[in-house]
Amino acid sequence: MSEQKVLSARLFGPLAVLVENSKARWTAIGAILILMAIGPFIFGQYATVIMTNALLYVVLALGLNIVVGYAGLLDLGYAAFFAIGAYTVGILTQEFGVNFWLTLPVAVLAAAIGGIIIGGPTLRLRSDYLAIVTLGFGEIVRLSARNLDITGKASGISGIEQPYLFGWHIAGYLDFYYVFCVLAILAVFVSVRLANSRLGRAWLYVRHDEDVAEAMGINRVRVKLAAYVIGAIFGSVGGAFFAANLGAISPESFSFTQSVLILMAVILGGMGKIPGVILGALIIILGPELLRDLGPLRLLVFAVGLLLIMLFRPSGIWPGKGAQK
Amino acid sequence: MSEALLNLTGVGLAFAGNTVLDDVNFQVPEKTVVSLIGPNGAGKTSLFNCITGFYKPQMGSVMFDGREMLKLKPHGVTAAGIARTFQNLRLFNEMTVLENVMSGMHCRSSAGAFAAIFRTPTQRREEKEIDEFSRECLDFCGVDDDVDRLATTLAYGHQRRVEIARALATKPKLLLLDEPAAGLNAGEKQDLVALINRIRDERGISVLLIEHDTGLVMKVSERIHVLDHGVMIAEGTAKEIQSNPKVIEAYLGQEDGEASLEL
Amino acid sequence: MSVFEIIMHQLVNGLVLGSFYALVALGYTMIFGVIKLLNFAHGDLYMIGGFTGFIILSAISSVVGGDWFGIFIAMFLSMIAVGCLGVVIQRIAYQPMLAAPRLSILITALAVSLVLQNAVLALTGGQYTAFSTDIGFGGVNIGSLFITYNQMVLVGTASILMIALQVFVTRTQYGRAMRAVAIDKDMCELMGINVPAIIGVTFFIGSALAAAAGTMAGAYYGSVWYFMGFLVGLKAFTAAVIGGIGSIPGAMLGGLILGLLEAFGTQIPGIGSEWKDVFTFVVLILVLVFKPTGLLGKSEQERM
Repeated sequence: MSEQKVLSARLFGPLAVLVENSKARWTAIGAILILMAIGPFIFGQYATVIMTNALLYVVLALGLNIVVGYAGLLDLGYAAFFAIGAYTVGILTQEFGVNFWLTLPVAVLAAAIGGIIIGGPTLRLRSDYLAIVTLGFGEIVRLSARNLDITGKASGISGIEQPYLFGWHIAGYLDFYYVFCVLAILAVFVSVRLANSRLGRAWLYVRHDEDVAEAMGINRVRVKLAAYVIGAIFGSVGGAFFAANLGAISPESFSFTQSVLILMAVILGGMGKIPGVILGALIIILGPELLRDLGPLRLLVFAVGLLLIMLFRPSGIWPGKGAQK
Repeated sequence: MSEALLNLTGVGLAFAGNTVLDDVNFQVPEKTVVSLIGPNGAGKTSLFNCITGFYKPQMGSVMFDGREMLKLKPHGVTAAGIARTFQNLRLFNEMTVLENVMSGMHCRSSAGAFAAIFRTPTQRREEKEIDEFSRECLDFCGVDDDVDRLATTLAYGHQRRVEIARALATKPKLLLLDEPAAGLNAGEKQDLVALINRIRDERGISVLLIEHDTGLVMKVSERIHVLDHGVMIAEGTAKEIQSNPKVIEAYLGQEDGEASLEL
Repeated sequence: MSVFEIIMHQLVNGLVLGSFYALVALGYTMIFGVIKLLNFAHGDLYMIGGFTGFIILSAISSVVGGDWFGIFIAMFLSMIAVGCLGVVIQRIAYQPMLAAPRLSILITALAVSLVLQNAVLALTGGQYTAFSTDIGFGGVNIGSLFITYNQMVLVGTASILMIALQVFVTRTQYGRAMRAVAIDKDMCELMGINVPAIIGVTFFIGSALAAAAGTMAGAYYGSVWYFMGFLVGLKAFTAAVIGGIGSIPGAMLGGLILGLLEAFGTQIPGIGSEWKDVFTFVVLILVLVFKPTGLLGKSEQERM
C-alpha cells in the first residue's frame, strides 16, 4: 500500500527506505534498542546523564512537533506545560505527600485544562497572535511560579521524592536514564500513530489550507485545539519526570529561553520529521557540550543557525526533502 | 413542486458599503441540476460563499434540508450536506490525490486521538472505509491516475476531477461547482456534462453550478438563474433564459457579451 | 498621600510609560499594516536603539555634553542607524519570506530577534550597562506632586515624534502611499506604486521610533540591558492590539492606555510590581479573546 510509503517518507525522510523494508526496520529498531540499553555501560556516567537530558528533550520536542510540525501552530510558550507538569508533581508530592504515580494524571489533566483555556479562545485568531499569546501564557506561568508561595517562589521546590514502582526505587542516574528511554520510545510511538490517522491528516489539511479544510467539513478550531492539548500532555509528562529526576525545580527552568530551545530542536532537525526532531533535540543538548568553550556564544550560534536555516533550508538540516518536492 | 432542498430568501450582502447581493431569492430542488450565470462581478461566488457559510449575509435566510444554515460555521454547513469546489482549484498542496479526497470523509468519521494511538478495531474499520470510499469517489469521477501521486502534479483536467471527487467524499446532498469547466478543452467539457448528470442520476445529488461557458450551461441545466450586479434578474429553462431580454441586455453590456451568450 | 495625589502620581507614571509603549507600538502597527507581519524582532530594535544611543552619547558627550541636548543628538543618530538596520533586516530576512507559508516568516522573525538578543548578550555578558548622563533630577512641584523635568522632556519628545508621524502619514505622498499599501498591497503594485520602497520607508520609520524610545528609556532609567526589548516589545504589542492593530492613532491610544493601566494596576492591592507583568499579559489575552480588532481597528471579512 503506497499510501504508507508516502506517509513514511513524510515522517522519516530518507530513513523511510529503512522503515518500509520490514527486515531492515526491525533490525534497525533492535540495534537502537540494544545500544540504548547498554549505552551507559559503554559511555559512562557523565555521558549517560547528558543522554538522559537529551531524551527529555526528545519527548518535549516531539510534543511540540505535534503543535508546530503537524498542525503548523507557532507555540512560543511551550515551557508552560513543562512547568505545569513539574510543579504539579512537586507540589503534590512535597506539600501533600501524594504518591508520584497518582500525581501524574493530575499533572496531565492540569496541562490539558491549561491548554484548553488558553487554546480555546486564541486558536480562532491569526497565527501571529497565537505566537504572542502563547508567549504571554508561558511568562504568566513562569512569573506565577516565581511569585507564589505554594510554588516556593524564586527558590522553587526541593526535596521531591523519587518514585517507587512495584518496589523498584527509581533513583540514581541509571534508573532515570532507562525511564526516559521508555518515555522517548513512547513519544515516538504515539507521534507515529497520530500522524497516521484521521486526526493526523486533519492537522495537515488545516495546516496547508485551513479555509479549504473548513469547507471540507473539518472543524479547524477543534483540530488545532487537539494538537495544542496533546502537545501540552507531552510537555507535562516530561515535566513530571523531570521533577522526579532532579528532585528540585525552580522557575529558571521554565523561561522563554526554554521554550525557544525546544522550538529550535523541532525546527533545526526538520519540522514534522521524527528522526529530524530527535536529531534536533540531540543537537540542542549535545551542542552546548561540544561548544562549551563558547559559553554565552552558543545561544547566538543556535540563533544564527536558525536564521540561516529559515532563509536557506526551511525544511531543516535533516537530509532529503521529505515526501514533498 | 416539492419543498426545495435549498431555499434562499431575501439574502443581502454588503462589503464596506458596496452592495454585493441584494434581496436574492432562489431555490434548488432535490436531484436537480441548476446553474447560476451572470456577467463577471455579478456576485455569484459571493452567493456560494453565503451558502457555504464563509460570508455571513447581513440579511436573509438560507434554508437547506429544512435547517437554517446561516447559524452554522462552514464546517457545519458541509456536515449538513453541502459540498463545494473552488473557482481557482484549491487542492491541498504536498498531499496525494487520495489524501485530498480523504479530507472529505473527515466529517463522516469520528476516530479521535485515543482511537488513533491504540488502533482500536473501530478505528481500523473506519480507516478502511475512508480509504475505500475515497477510491470509489475517484473512480466515479474518472480519475485513473496513480492516487499516491501528489495531487498538484496531475494534469489540470484531472485535478479538477479530483476536486469534485473530494467534494463527493463528504457525502453531500447538494454539490456546488464554481466554474468547473474553466480551462477544460471540448472533450473534457463533454465528460464534465456526463459526470454532472451521473452525479444527479446515480447519487441523487443536486448540483448547483456557476459557469461562464453558456453552451455547457444550456446543455446540462434543468433550471438557470441569472445574477447581475447582485440582483437575480431572471430564472427559467435554457430556452426561456436565452430569449429573456433582461438577460441579453445584461450580457450585452459586457465586452464580449454576445459571444458569451452564444446566440 | 491622598487619593488624589496617588492618582496624579500614577497618571504621570502612566504617561511616561505610555510614551515608550506608544512609540514602540507604532512600529508594530505600521509594519503589520504594510506586510501583515507581527515583527517579533521589533522590541529588540528598541533595545538596540538604547545601546546605540548609549554608544553614540559616550562618544560625543565630551563635545555636546551629557545633558538632554547631547542625548537628543545621540537619539537622532541612533534613530537613523537603527532605522537603517530595520530596513536591512526587512530586505534580508523578511522580503524572501513573503511568499512562504505563514509559519516560516514568523519563525524567521523569531530568529532575527534571538540573533539580536544573543549578539548583545555575548557582547555584554548579560550585564546591565550603565547609561550615564548628566541629566539632573530637578523638577516642579504642583501641590505635593513632583514632576521631574526628565518626565516632561520624555513625554514631550514622544508627543512631538508622534505628531510628526501623524503629519507624515496624512500629509505627505509617502504617508498616503503607506496607508494605501496597508489597505491593498496588490492593488498598489498594479497602480504603479513602488511597494518595496514604501515597505522600506515603513520599516525605517518604525525602527527609528523604537530606537528613539530605547535611547530615551536608557537615559531615563540609567541603564541598558540585552533583554530590555523582550518585555517592552510584548507590552508594546499589547498596546498596538488594544488600540487596534494596523491603526496608527490606535497605537498611540493603546500605548497611553496600557501605560496608565500598568501604572494604576500597581496600586491595586495584591498586584504590586511582582505581578504587574502578569497583569499586562492577562490584559493582552483578554483583549485578543474578546476584542481582537482593538478599539480603533477594522474587522476583517474573509474573502475566499
